[in-house]
Amino acid sequence: MSIEKMAMPQLGESVTEGTISQWLVSVGDSVNKYDPIAEVTTDKVNAEVPSSFSGKITELLAEEGETLPVGQPICSIEVESAEHEGVSSQERRSPAVPVSEPEANDTSMKKRYSPAVHRLAQENHVDLEKLTGSGRSGRITRKDVEKFIAAGSETISGKVSEKRDDLTRTEQTGAASFSEAARQAAPIQIPVQRAQNEAGDVDVPLTGVRRAIANNMVRSKHEIPHAWTMIEVDVTNLVNYRNQIKNTFLKKEGHKLTYLPFFIKAIVAALKEYPRMNSTWAGDKIIEKKAVSISLAVAAEDALYVPVIRNADEKSIKGLAIAVDDLASKVRNNRLSPDDMRGGTFTVNNTGSFGSIQSQPIINYPQAAILSIESIVKRPVVVNNMIAIRDMVNLCISIDHRVLDGLITGHFLARIKELLENISAENTPIY
Amino acid sequence: MAVISYIEAVTQALKEEMERDENVFVMGEDVGKRGGVFQATKGLYDEFGEKRVIDTPLAESAIVGVGIGAAMYGLRPVAEMQFADFMLPATNQIISEAAKTRYRSNNDWSVPLTIRAPYGGGVHGGLYHSQSMEAIFANVPGLKIVMPSTPYDVKGLLKASIRDNDPVIFFEHKRAYRLIKGEVPDEEYVLPIGKADVKRDGDDVTVITYGLAVHFALQAAEKLAGEGISTQILDLRTVYPLDKEAIIAAAQKTGKVLLVTEDTKEGSVISEVAAIIAENCLFDLDAPVKRLAAPDAPAMPFAAPLEKTFLLNPEKLEQAIRDLAEF
Repeated sequence: MSIEKMAMPQLGESVTEGTISQWLVSVGDSVNKYDPIAEVTTDKVNAEVPSSFSGKITELLAEEGETLPVGQPICSIEVESAEHEGVSSQERRSPAVPVSEPEANDTSMKKRYSPAVHRLAQENHVDLEKLTGSGRSGRITRKDVEKFIAAGSETISGKVSEKRDDLTRTEQTGAASFSEAARQAAPIQIPVQRAQNEAGDVDVPLTGVRRAIANNMVRSKHEIPHAWTMIEVDVTNLVNYRNQIKNTFLKKEGHKLTYLPFFIKAIVAALKEYPRMNSTWAGDKIIEKKAVSISLAVAAEDALYVPVIRNADEKSIKGLAIAVDDLASKVRNNRLSPDDMRGGTFTVNNTGSFGSIQSQPIINYPQAAILSIESIVKRPVVVNNMIAIRDMVNLCISIDHRVLDGLITGHFLARIKELLENISAENTPIY
Repeated sequence: MAVISYIEAVTQALKEEMERDENVFVMGEDVGKRGGVFQATKGLYDEFGEKRVIDTPLAESAIVGVGIGAAMYGLRPVAEMQFADFMLPATNQIISEAAKTRYRSNNDWSVPLTIRAPYGGGVHGGLYHSQSMEAIFANVPGLKIVMPSTPYDVKGLLKASIRDNDPVIFFEHKRAYRLIKGEVPDEEYVLPIGKADVKRDGDDVTVITYGLAVHFALQAAEKLAGEGISTQILDLRTVYPLDKEAIIAAAQKTGKVLLVTEDTKEGSVISEVAAIIAENCLFDLDAPVKRLAAPDAPAMPFAAPLEKTFLLNPEKLEQAIRDLAEF
């Protein structure tokens, strides 16, 4: 005697489940092979399920109205004869493939390094001999190296924070030691610290973009000795001029005229005069770029993109306004292509749009400088020994101190200031 | 949000697009009164009538040929191949005409044609009702090939295919039709063709696949999470042209990549995915790129045990993922 199980049959192609609409037998009934035992409904057909065995029903495994996947047991039948013995489990299991367990002390793969392991070790100066591999046969995996780097960084993080204290102190001593502070900032090992979760914390998985931003920021701060300075500019003329023409412009061109294209125009003009600002550090030399292409920092929901206005020096204020609009809408609609991000030579960051009045931007690697335009605010200032209410804006710049010094940066900023303060209908054509 | 089946998502997308645009019409074998052999066009004949839900003769070359002509004339035909296996008589129309018309006419003409075709095994369909046909068309610039895995993706991508101004082959997994159910928003939405989708995030092993195998991967990943193995799953959704950026990002994330297809292995879509990873991700790879696919045998066998051996299942994926995790 043996117990057999009846399974939900497959009633037609693409049918993957069936509903028992009615049981035609009860527990204890005797059935012959091919006797109907239940009615089953699928979304294609209704059918009676014939018994595959002769015997006594011992258990109904599904209620009427219950839906079961094809192959799931629906009832048990006690079979008298021995006809099924030996093959009772319907299908013979194929013999399990013996899994060869590697011996615990097998380290034959310890020195087989994958490209990822090689790269991580080289970039982070990890001596792979010191690691124990968790992979098969003692292989050191990428995760092993990442864990090792994360653990190692905790021990040096103390030193880093000391150095940072030094930095802030020197910065406070003023513009005189501006360059000195930057020199000290040279190569600091940025630790990758793994924070521990506490109860209630939410894990936010990294998107590809977030990871790219993180890598670029670390790389820039790590390799480039940043120095920073700021000037203030009186843009009352710009504000008046733009107010005067913005409605006509919108009507005529269908684009909003913001302040940004005016700033970019002035920055581009100054870059043409001071090509060293538009350059890149190349290890054994400095490359002054011929093209003037402006990377524009544009914020999206949870990421920052820096699409590029190619050959910005060939564009009018109208052309710049449209280019800015285009890039912003591409970012919003997630339509940026990698091509849109390539070829920038200098970055402009419109931090004023968040209401910021001062910022220390991180250079967009491998460029030599980044300039942020802060909020335009009305402030009392002294003009011709009188107090006046003027529209003032701060321009902040971070520079690669390997490429640029305070003097040239100062000239560059002074030129931008001059251009902006002298904006007027006569000398600032829109087209 | 309503929970609907994969095939209901097909029907809803067709119905809504036909309501939205009177140029949209469907045609195919038995799609009219019968509602299609799988019932994908159920109810459309009653709602839109015989001029927009057209029963055709048993001639796939004619179905696609008429579709191309109507599309060039300004209509938006949705041609149904009863089974993807039967597309072969129409390959000349698809590859040499539909795919090339825009290019050949220097942009004067285009073919906004959608070809729907049920593919895949696991329904005991035997040699002629189980094949995966994507690799045949995945080397033909001018075509787009969409292969969604969930009702949400089916609806959003079928609508996008109908609205696309060039020919799109829309492969529907026939075993998924009634097996896979999922939430679909009540409001209107369209998904972008050409974008892969991360269906699960993880950092030990990356699985890149499409169609029904996405669900096998999700089941395997769930089980492996209990063993501390964290699996990232990228659903290609469009297999031609491939979303290279998403593939590269997914491969870089873990450095251990398993590529899965129900199609036979050599020359399959995932082989191209492997090439993209090889070209771009050398210094992120921590293990050989692995492929899990059907054996290089001429067809899906009819005998049940053989069909089972031929097909993918969650256990096969689980074993392959674990093997990579332990590498």
